[in-house]
Amino acid sequence: MTKYPQKLQAIVDEINSTFDRNERIQFLIEYSEKYEKVSEEIANKPYPEENRVEYCESDAYVWTAVDQNKRVQLYFAVENPSGISAKALAAILSESLNGEKAETVFTVNSDIVFDLFGNELSMGKNLGLTGIVNKIKHQLTL
Amino acid sequence: MDNIESRGYIKSEVLVSTEWVMKNLTKNSVRIVESNEDPLLYSSGHIPGAVQIDWTNDLNDHVRRDYLDKNGFEKLMSSNGISNDTTVVFYGDKNNWWACYAFWIFQLFGHANSKIMDGGRLKWINEKLPLAKDLPTYPQTEYISPMRNDHEIRAFRDDVLRHVRNGLPLVDVRSPEEFNGLRLHMPDYPNEGSLRGGHIPGAVNIPWAEAVNSADGTFRSADELRQIYEIDNHLQKDDELITYCRIGERSSHTWFALTYLLGYENVRNYDGSWTEWGNMVGVPVQKGK
Repeated sequence: MTKYPQKLQAIVDEINSTFDRNERIQFLIEYSEKYEKVSEEIANKPYPEENRVEYCESDAYVWTAVDQNKRVQLYFAVENPSGISAKALAAILSESLNGEKAETVFTVNSDIVFDLFGNELSMGKNLGLTGIVNKIKHQLTL
Repeated sequence: MDNIESRGYIKSEVLVSTEWVMKNLTKNSVRIVESNEDPLLYSSGHIPGAVQIDWTNDLNDHVRRDYLDKNGFEKLMSSNGISNDTTVVFYGDKNNWWACYAFWIFQLFGHANSKIMDGGRLKWINEKLPLAKDLPTYPQTEYISPMRNDHEIRAFRDDVLRHVRNGLPLVDVRSPEEFNGLRLHMPDYPNEGSLRGGHIPGAVNIPWAEAVNSADGTFRSADELRQIYEIDNHLQKDDELITYCRIGERSSHTWFALTYLLGYENVRNYDGSWTEWGNMVGVPVQKGK
């Protein structure tokens, strides 16, 4: 059994096959460019405090929706234009987890931040990004 | 207010404008250094010719919780084409937190010819100044560094304990929630890696961001800074002061403002900060305001 749901595991495997730190960074930057902000049908500014990710200096917000088949849709807003890492994580999680069952999404723990970004993140950044993952899980338990 | 000289700083030469950087960035005697929290930012576009010095990767000892040593610093300088007489200009994300942190570490090695670009990365981008993605390379230099001097601007836990016992002031630059110790009580969230919440007795809480204009991230004028630190919070220029935050990065921003912009001569940054103090057995902790 793999550590993460299949599509997310594929991204983790791909990033961990990168040759060096620069390649990993380029890979993540490309994902950050795919980031899409939550649509106005889901949420409007000012975004509710309950959706804000604690500790994330990039001012990130998370919404989760679960349909009648218990399939999850994730939505994100990263309000800091320089929050590239947060955007990359948001794009990766949307691409790989949207449409998965809630119980599957719930198995993803904050290790994913380490597995994607490597061990070179500062503690603050690490807390912010793991905060995004924890916020998703927190919302799914509500 | 772009005119740095008119803001009344005691050592205004350490702060340069984006305009100054634009004019000087191709000079051999100047090296622009980007230091960020977000490891993706530099590669996504940086000031043309700027090198990256990353706090985690380049400035830390990879085994112990400490900074690189003389040998490591010399190698780092050499590989980035920095000589002993190069003017190093730091800038970065988060209103220059990490730029100030790198600047502070450079001072442990006595590289006095260091400057901060006012407003940091965001100001450069907002002014739509040019960005480059290529990685510049510079000829290796011979850099001779003194031994790292940890005595003058760096405080260790024993220094802080002595400081507290002597009733001397500290500046805690974290958010009021962190200062009051409320943050550790929130359910479902990581607890900053600290077992106890609160602050070091004797600390006043002046969040780092008080020192900058929120509109463009530039430092406030000397008069505005004096209002915050001296009038509102009763610090004095000849105080023996220690600044701290969670790991020492935000507090090096305040260390920079106090030391250079207001000319305080006796400020040390406690880089162990709350991640050390909040985990130590038996040290005094104060909660609430």
